Amino acid sequence: MEPATRTETLDIEGMTCASCASFVEKSLARTPGVQRAVVNFATEKATIDYLPAEASPATLKEAVVKAGYGVLERAPDTSAADRQAAIDQQKARAYRTLRRRFWVAAGLALLIMPLSMLMLWPAAMQRVNMQALNYGLLVLTLPVLLYSGREFYVSAWNGFRHRAANMDTLIAVGTGAAFLYSLAATVVPGWFTRQGLMPEVYYDTTATIIALILLGKLLELRAKTRTSAAIKALMGLQAKTARVVRPDGQEVDVPIGQVQLNDIVLVRPGEKVATDGLIEEGHSAVDEAMLTGESLPVEKRAGDQVFGATLNKTGSFRFRVTKIGADTLLSQIVKLVEDAQGSRAPIQRLADKVSAVFVPTVVVIAILTFVLWFDLAPVESRLPLALVSFVAVLIIACPCALGLATPTAIMVGTGKGAEHGVLIRSAEALEKAHQVNTVLLDKTGTITRGEPAVTDFVPAPGQDAAALLQVVAAVERQSEHPLAEAVVRYADARGATQLPATGFQALEGKGAQAVVDGQPVLIGNFRLLDEAGITLPPAVRQAADALLAQAQTVLYVAVAGQAVGVLGVADTVRDTSAAAIRRLQRMGLEVVMMTGDNPLTAAQVAGQVGITRYFAEVLPADKAGKVKELQAEGRVVAMVGDGINDAPALAQADIGLAMGGGTDVALEAAGITLMRSDLQGVVTAIELSRQTIRIIRQNLFFAFVYNTLGIPVAAGLLYPFFGILLSPMLAAGAMALSSVSVLSNSLRLRGFSPAKN
Amino acid sequence: MDLTAIIVTLAGLALAALVVWYFFLSARPAASAVSTASGGQQVAITVKGGYSPDLIEVERGRPVQLRFYRDEENSCSEELLLPDFGIRRDLPAFQTTLVELLPRQAGTYEFTCGMGMLRGRLVVK
Repeated sequence: MEPATRTETLDIEGMTCASCASFVEKSLARTPGVQRAVVNFATEKATIDYLPAEASPATLKEAVVKAGYGVLERAPDTSAADRQAAIDQQKARAYRTLRRRFWVAAGLALLIMPLSMLMLWPAAMQRVNMQALNYGLLVLTLPVLLYSGREFYVSAWNGFRHRAANMDTLIAVGTGAAFLYSLAATVVPGWFTRQGLMPEVYYDTTATIIALILLGKLLELRAKTRTSAAIKALMGLQAKTARVVRPDGQEVDVPIGQVQLNDIVLVRPGEKVATDGLIEEGHSAVDEAMLTGESLPVEKRAGDQVFGATLNKTGSFRFRVTKIGADTLLSQIVKLVEDAQGSRAPIQRLADKVSAVFVPTVVVIAILTFVLWFDLAPVESRLPLALVSFVAVLIIACPCALGLATPTAIMVGTGKGAEHGVLIRSAEALEKAHQVNTVLLDKTGTITRGEPAVTDFVPAPGQDAAALLQVVAAVERQSEHPLAEAVVRYADARGATQLPATGFQALEGKGAQAVVDGQPVLIGNFRLLDEAGITLPPAVRQAADALLAQAQTVLYVAVAGQAVGVLGVADTVRDTSAAAIRRLQRMGLEVVMMTGDNPLTAAQVAGQVGITRYFAEVLPADKAGKVKELQAEGRVVAMVGDGINDAPALAQADIGLAMGGGTDVALEAAGITLMRSDLQGVVTAIELSRQTIRIIRQNLFFAFVYNTLGIPVAAGLLYPFFGILLSPMLAAGAMALSSVSVLSNSLRLRGFSPAKN
Repeated sequence: MDLTAIIVTLAGLALAALVVWYFFLSARPAASAVSTASGGQQVAITVKGGYSPDLIEVERGRPVQLRFYRDEENSCSEELLLPDFGIRRDLPAFQTTLVELLPRQAGTYEFTCGMGMLRGRLVVK
């Protein structure tokens, strides 16, 4: 059944304060047919549920305008995947047309070529009528020009009207000149003979150039679709439907576009998670590799976040929808990658400047080539020589190779990064990352897990460790404090049986208390015990001091008024940190650590992961200063942090890498976001950057060298010395190959895989 | 050098000068954005072998909506890049594609096709 109400989202303009939002909201709510209107001031969006019979988007807009605000017209609200599908369809159609045009040109060129060769064969020349042959060639060439090559002329003309010149201009002028000369030689051969010239025709040149350029375009189009394959794969991940559980318990499959916030969605084993949400009940392991690059499935239970497009493996669960449409993590990743692919890399600047003036410059060079040949060559051959060189210069010049050199590599590189959970925000970030020679790691959350874990449990002499741990866990199970969670994890890992606790009370800033087995239990900091008048026996005090010396957080435990033990809680080093840091060092990078801990702890962690230089006792506010300090040493610094507490340092660094805890990341925080909490991502990011830049350099080198060598050779520079004159047909072949080679070189990045230790 | 060669030389040089003038030196008309009722600015741009208008003036600080209508199938113009705003868009043929942005700083921002051959400028005042 169709839902009775429809939902419309409007972008509101001109709201300056929160009261504006409520004003718009009221105005909308008063509109007939509107059942619910919510205006979000921060996002400047109004979400309205309305009865389609009584209200329409137009009346809603009117209500907003009446309230004195504006509605921003939005692009049609189709999903990115739909839009992409439509574009793909159009591209496929264009490809088929292009292929047909190529085959027509190639087929006719294959006929025209041997017929033109007849002229070189004196015996044949005497038997056929030259005039008739030329007319025959003209008839064969016309379809090549008017059907296969039509686009070049149309595009060149359109460009010309805009005072713009592109590659098509060169081809149109080049083939046009060859054709018009041939046409004249065919129609009025007498004029040529009177000037002492052979009425030669260049129909084969015209047809072959068009066929070859079309072949190049065909190959280029095929390769180009592959450069954006990664992002299309990401878009394709979006689930099409969701199984929504209605309030009455009924399960309905609905298209993803109709899923609303706060809907309850059921996910069975093997199914895709439809959108982002929080698990309400059930538990499972979810494969998030497509978003984070993490190959192992992640355990999820009630209260955990799940993300659209991830794959549910083992259990089934229900989740409450918290994000839909463009707000989901998948959509944000797609947008980020798209934006990065749209950005310009600084390395491209020179190529950009050159390509802006390229075509008109080549046209001028071609004209001067014509003039020089005409003036310097022997009178009887000057016109054909001038013409052939003119055409060759126009045809060999390839602005495409210049234009494609950087963007194609950036597209493949950023797409490849997303595949490995490395999100690159811009081409500039990708380029910057390859210059890095120093990696500064903020210890907490990058080298270490950034969440506390119990490292030591020291019961007082005479206490049963296992029994005491059960009592401690019983109290901490009631608490929501991160330290308490660490204790519970520690106890669970040791198989502590669950005991009931009563009268639980959280004591702000101190700890917690409860009654277990009829005895009052206190867990917390020293102040908690001190205020309760409990003194520490020497053994417990010693254990506490030892832990404090290691910069650990100490939890004191008292049962029935007696201090009975201490727990040491600290942040622990990730399993992969040492290997990743070794790898970075092998790549020739200096790895430096920064931490708020005391020098002793800092030295310990640094030693554990093989770091020799570190900054200890760095206050949060001084982090950016440390980055500056390293930069002052002439280093190019990559700063790796969690993206939340160290935003200024990430911004100060030459390139900031934010490492998200799982998928809960602020994507805007840094130049590069690592979706996986693992330093291996830093290695991947820097390696990918280095490879991409290497490819770009090769491409640019090739494109520049190709054009700077090709154009003079085509102009006939070698002719006075070696008698070599480039045939325009060869020029067309070289030109077609040049852009394809640049593209193929960029596509080599598709084989990138991060080095593993 | 005979008379023909002199004529060809002079004609060639004149033609070269014309090309330079036509593509580089001649002045282009600028188009200003139209204000919408809601305080935004709108510009309609036709894409056909180039962008017309290719010089667009907008005011800073107000949202700009560029409506690109691609009036051709030629693959040259299928991509639109606004590098300074991190925008890369596919323009479907014979359709209008909306590009929205908020210029915060005055300056001249280029927009180009995928290969940087077709060019236009957005001047933010």
